Amino acid sequence: MVAAIETRDLTRAFDDVLAVDRVSLVADAGTIYGLLGSNGAGKSTLIKMLTTLLPPTSGSARVAGYDIVRKAQLVRARTGYVPQLVSADSQLTGRENLLMSARLYGVPRRERTQKIADALAFMELGDAADRLVRGYSGGMIRRLEIAQALLHGPEVLFLDEPTVGLDPVAKQTVWTRLKELRERGRTTILLTTHDMEEAELLCDRIAIMHHGRIQTDGTLADLRAASGATRLEDIFIRAAAGAMDTEQGDFRAVARERRTAHRLG
Amino acid sequence: MPSHASAAPLTAWADRTRSATAFLDQISAILAVEIRKLARDPTELFTRSVQPALWLLVFGQVFTRTRAIPTGSLSYSAFMAPGILAQSVLFMAIFYGIAVIWERDLGTLHKLLVSPARRTALVVGKAASAGVRGLVQAAIVYVIATALGSGPRFDPLALVGVAVMVLLASALFSTFSLCIACIVKTRERFMGIGQVLTMPLFFASNAIYPLPMMPHWLQLIARANPLTYVVDGLRDFMVGGGSLGLPLDFAVVTGVLAALVAIAARLYPTLVR
Repeated sequence: MVAAIETRDLTRAFDDVLAVDRVSLVADAGTIYGLLGSNGAGKSTLIKMLTTLLPPTSGSARVAGYDIVRKAQLVRARTGYVPQLVSADSQLTGRENLLMSARLYGVPRRERTQKIADALAFMELGDAADRLVRGYSGGMIRRLEIAQALLHGPEVLFLDEPTVGLDPVAKQTVWTRLKELRERGRTTILLTTHDMEEAELLCDRIAIMHHGRIQTDGTLADLRAASGATRLEDIFIRAAAGAMDTEQGDFRAVARERRTAHRLG
Repeated sequence: MPSHASAAPLTAWADRTRSATAFLDQISAILAVEIRKLARDPTELFTRSVQPALWLLVFGQVFTRTRAIPTGSLSYSAFMAPGILAQSVLFMAIFYGIAVIWERDLGTLHKLLVSPARRTALVVGKAASAGVRGLVQAAIVYVIATALGSGPRFDPLALVGVAVMVLLASALFSTFSLCIACIVKTRERFMGIGQVLTMPLFFASNAIYPLPMMPHWLQLIARANPLTYVVDGLRDFMVGGGSLGLPLDFAVVTGVLAALVAIAARLYPTLVR
């Protein structure tokens, strides 16, 4: 197996708080890697480093074969990112959002129309393509954002809590699309979530993150064997138990999640 | 080296994002988005025309009658028209940073910054969109000034000169605003600073009174203020009678703009950290 993402002691400090603390992980090409953790566990900070938005304080990482600091531009060209915040532009149509991405990612002019049509069809947004995103439902916005992130055929796709704030039906649709992506096998997906069902259903490998550190990681079977628990929820609670005495989640993380849920709901 | 077979076409694309044509395409992608949004909701263009209209109609008319300000052979209303155009460009562009902070809070900025587009292209795209808004302001000021008999010139050279100076000035102050936004990071702090900056920039310039009228210390400040060179250039093209010379006007405005773009391209990514 080839590693699509590989981090070594990746660390990020904000003042004297270690948001991400010596994280070492490996995600194999073509798989879905799930980062499970509560608010403020460091998941979003880790993703921001891997997408080159945030330089690490120490440690290193390679994404799609390139160093995230020294070859940041090459990493950006080979990855897609759906932030937890709503990143689609609500004042544009779905198609216009996609066109902007195509141009920023250097998709050749003659291929743009076809690629945009393919992305819309894959995400089941064909009928809504020329409507303003302002009128989209939460699930449609998320699907559009995934379409935008997939347009240039990235090797690695980062999804930060892709289904937070979505109703069960919209969630299912997103899950179906992601499963199909995995079956195609061309894209490695790293997603963060605190939805146990999502992690169990989608992820080939799960890491449980708490207070900036990976407490445990492996396939669901590995995690079950190591912890002695069957349900992922119990495994999660046990993994995080050592640190439960401290406050869960910081104000900013909670506020951000509520804002996203509000805008998608 | 990439370890994937699928990396081959991507490598070509990645290289493509660094070429000069890709750079222009990235700028125009940002610009196209801004123009489309402006075309869908042009209300702000009209609300922004109220302030220059008031200055020209009220302030300008009063001071033209009193003849309190020595403007040589020009009438005061002709003298101040370029100053008010520069002012309306400044007031429009200086709050650009707020929009960028807003985009950060929404999440749209993250999308731009994870793309392989060059940071300079993202900054210049924003600056160019400020230029479009600036041109609309110029058209409005021209209409009002003509109606008031301030007699702005309509020959092609003058119009092109005004358009170029307005584009550069809009780009300059919007990029300056972007830099401030990246430093202060929140809308609340930005609002305070935006107010503190605009008035001194306006009053410490030759927009509504000539340089020689100012006390020496203020002249020194005005000479260091890019708005002075914007006004001087606009005055030369619109009504004649700039005093610093067009080469100096353009050199200062272009130089400051280039420096600010370089700074903004470095600061822009820090807004999402």
